[in-house]
Amino acid sequence: MGSERHATAAAKAVRPSRRGFLAGAGAAAGAFSFGFSFPMPDKALAQSAAAPDVNGWVVIQPDDTVVIRIARIEMGQGSLTGLAQLVAEELECDWDKVRFELVKPGENRRRQNLWRDQSTGGSRAIRGSQDYVRMGGAAARHMLVQAAAQGWGVSPDQCSVAKGVITHKASNRSTTFGAVAQLAATLTPPKEIKLKDPKDWTIAGKPVKRIDTQDKLNGSLVYGIDLKMEGMLVAVPKASPVHGGKLKSFDAKAVLGMRGVKHVLRVDDETVAVVADTFWRAKTALEALPIEWDDGPNAAVTSETIAAKLHEGLSAETNFVGNRTGDAKAALAKATRVIEADYSYPYQNHAPMEVLSATVRWTPERCEMWGPTQVPAAALTTLSTAAGVPIEACEIHTMRIGGSFGRRLQTDYIKMATLIAKQIPNTPVKMMWTREEDMAQGRFHPVTQCRLRAALDADGNVEALHVRISGQSIAAYAIPNLMSANGDPLVFQGLIPGGAEMAIGYTIPNVLVDHAMHNPHVRPGAWRGVNLNQNALYLECFMDELAHAAGADPLVFRRKLMAKHPKHLAVLEAAAKGIGWETSKPAPGVHRGLAQVMGFGSYVAAAAEVSVTGGKLKIHRIVAATDCGHVLNPQQVDAQISGSFVYGLSAMLYGECTVKDGRIEQQNFDTYNVMRLDEMPTVEVITVPSGGFWGGVGEPTIAVAAPAVLNAIFAATGKRVRNMPLKNIDLGST
Amino acid sequence: MPKLNVNGKVVDVDVEDDTPLLWVIRDHVGLTGTKYGCGVAQCGACTIHIDGVATRSCALPLSAVTEDQKIVTIEGLGAEQPHPVQQVWAELDVAQCGFCQVGMIMATASLLAQNPKPTEDEIRAEITNICRCGTYGRVLAGVKLASERMALNKG
Repeated sequence: MGSERHATAAAKAVRPSRRGFLAGAGAAAGAFSFGFSFPMPDKALAQSAAAPDVNGWVVIQPDDTVVIRIARIEMGQGSLTGLAQLVAEELECDWDKVRFELVKPGENRRRQNLWRDQSTGGSRAIRGSQDYVRMGGAAARHMLVQAAAQGWGVSPDQCSVAKGVITHKASNRSTTFGAVAQLAATLTPPKEIKLKDPKDWTIAGKPVKRIDTQDKLNGSLVYGIDLKMEGMLVAVPKASPVHGGKLKSFDAKAVLGMRGVKHVLRVDDETVAVVADTFWRAKTALEALPIEWDDGPNAAVTSETIAAKLHEGLSAETNFVGNRTGDAKAALAKATRVIEADYSYPYQNHAPMEVLSATVRWTPERCEMWGPTQVPAAALTTLSTAAGVPIEACEIHTMRIGGSFGRRLQTDYIKMATLIAKQIPNTPVKMMWTREEDMAQGRFHPVTQCRLRAALDADGNVEALHVRISGQSIAAYAIPNLMSANGDPLVFQGLIPGGAEMAIGYTIPNVLVDHAMHNPHVRPGAWRGVNLNQNALYLECFMDELAHAAGADPLVFRRKLMAKHPKHLAVLEAAAKGIGWETSKPAPGVHRGLAQVMGFGSYVAAAAEVSVTGGKLKIHRIVAATDCGHVLNPQQVDAQISGSFVYGLSAMLYGECTVKDGRIEQQNFDTYNVMRLDEMPTVEVITVPSGGFWGGVGEPTIAVAAPAVLNAIFAATGKRVRNMPLKNIDLGST
Repeated sequence: MPKLNVNGKVVDVDVEDDTPLLWVIRDHVGLTGTKYGCGVAQCGACTIHIDGVATRSCALPLSAVTEDQKIVTIEGLGAEQPHPVQQVWAELDVAQCGFCQVGMIMATASLLAQNPKPTEDEIRAEITNICRCGTYGRVLAGVKLASERMALNKG
């Protein structure tokens, strides 16, 4: 199924598998006779072709090894292990014998969508599949028990099962999953399945270690950029630096004589690629290649021209409304006291550690891709369309990814790789981007500005709130079928009046949240946290402004507005209590800030302690609280929440892609800096799972990282930072 | 033909001598555990040891390295048995996507070889590798625990 299996088969045999897959590090090390071995067992992989596939989700080998099929993509977020926990819980297998295999989208099609949706985004991998994944494990257990009972001539009801051993107590007989799997696979799945009560869980809900770790620690995991195949060539592309610009011409002759260079290709209207025997030779030739671009109508666009357009949107007419309660405009018009503030949020690049790649082999009859994607089904469609090969004759070999954060929800790079491979038939071509190309051709966190206006009465109550968002829509570019007469619904994440996904946590009599859309030519995409990032920052910093304007403590002020939002309030209280908001004074010179939001089906809050000395910020400590309903793996939830502060605070401190002459200016991590270990605060994670629902974990906390810290910075300095990132702001001396 | 000593073996590498060592190791020696992240010595995903010293291989030309210098990659670090840093990384479940972790482990192993008991401030200053998943909290805990383990093993 997954690349693991191919990799291992090839590595063991040290010869190409039937698909010619040479298997990167394993094969290379073998060929080198380094005798490389790593004695710790790895949970990845290895199913023998004969092992029975009990029901698609579960394969059991004769030695009782349990291979769990994982349909969603693992890119660091840990859902692979969580999904395996859910299956194993219902299967009642021995967790130590669990291995995994990745599902391929073509196989999913052939088996009538058995594994359902494989797309991985919106913090949905677990919450979007936990029910049917558990059903899969439970169904397999039923069939295994039934097979054992059948062999003994007893009723399945008289049999018990634990850790992969089936027992008939009355006759003192027992057997293992491995012994009955062959028969079980021939049985009819049960019609009715009752899932276990979460209070009875022994694997799910527990802080088990990830099952995909060992090959990440010894270098043997083959990521997309590590792929090697027999006869493989490497393509390095360059697209028009101005998005939407055109490739006018290039002088292939100038570089075709360079060592290792095989082809110089026009990929499409806006892209050229050099194909060579190695990445470095292709990249070197690409840099030497004379290229002429037609920058098109956006050649003169700058960050300043975009900002000016967005600023107009702050007061423009619009019909796109995300939340309307009462009449906010009328209430604001007659209010005696109006507080108003403008905020802005820049373009940002996902910058996953692994740059984009895709390895494609094209023939007129069949087209296959090996490589990372967050959307296997959409990627398969892209592959088939670009290849001009029927989808039934295409396959994508999915892989674990070296970070993605939303970038690989789009399939532009797969199309590109396919169009290159199509020009070199029968040859596996690994298309791999440079970091510089990754920075230039991102699908960026959209740029927005926000004007917030609130009416405060004499007692400090918020009578009305108008949130005007001005700026770019992700959906208009990337998910056009989401667009309606009311614009892009994703724009309002975290600010909508209700629902189970991203509802605002305050009750205010008159609310208007609306959007003036302006879509610059810079291509946007969903960036871990998506629009919740800036919306939470806008609202939570403004709430802090209102509290101060009302002369109230920010926690007390919020409490008054949150009485009807008990889950929002509970996490805020937990974070506040954790940092000692009302019970302890911070150390001298240290100041605190708070933020809360609901996002991706979960309730999250953060409290921060910072100091600012001589204009230099130090973030000392963060307390984060999360109610994600059920906690499937506490130590992985902890890892996601802790990591969310790195992603969110990197954005707050440094994250900015600027536009000049129509192109993104930042080219690498030297100009697009991110947080390192030296700036990492202590993060304490509190989970307050209230049960009864499944919320996402990978994204929501990112959105409270920046506002909690910004509010603490205000407490420390009296300076209200409203424009990101902080690197552009002088915090002065205190 | 240039020669390199990689993980205890001397190998011929028929490569232009301005090729960065990273690409020689990945594409010509064939060891892909060492990662490409930036190409400008910013992120540390390409960290290897040269004579025991953590070195970013993506911006170092082949011509700067001689056959006498001993190069160790992640494949060589735990070849006989897992390095204590690898053991601790597994124990604390440090890795998320894992892409940067080979570099983190190589940087940490080198730091602890030179400074067996680094202070927290020293760890924060010395480990400058980028992790986008945000594993820094566990990396910090991992360096401390590995330091303790290695001291015990020596004791």
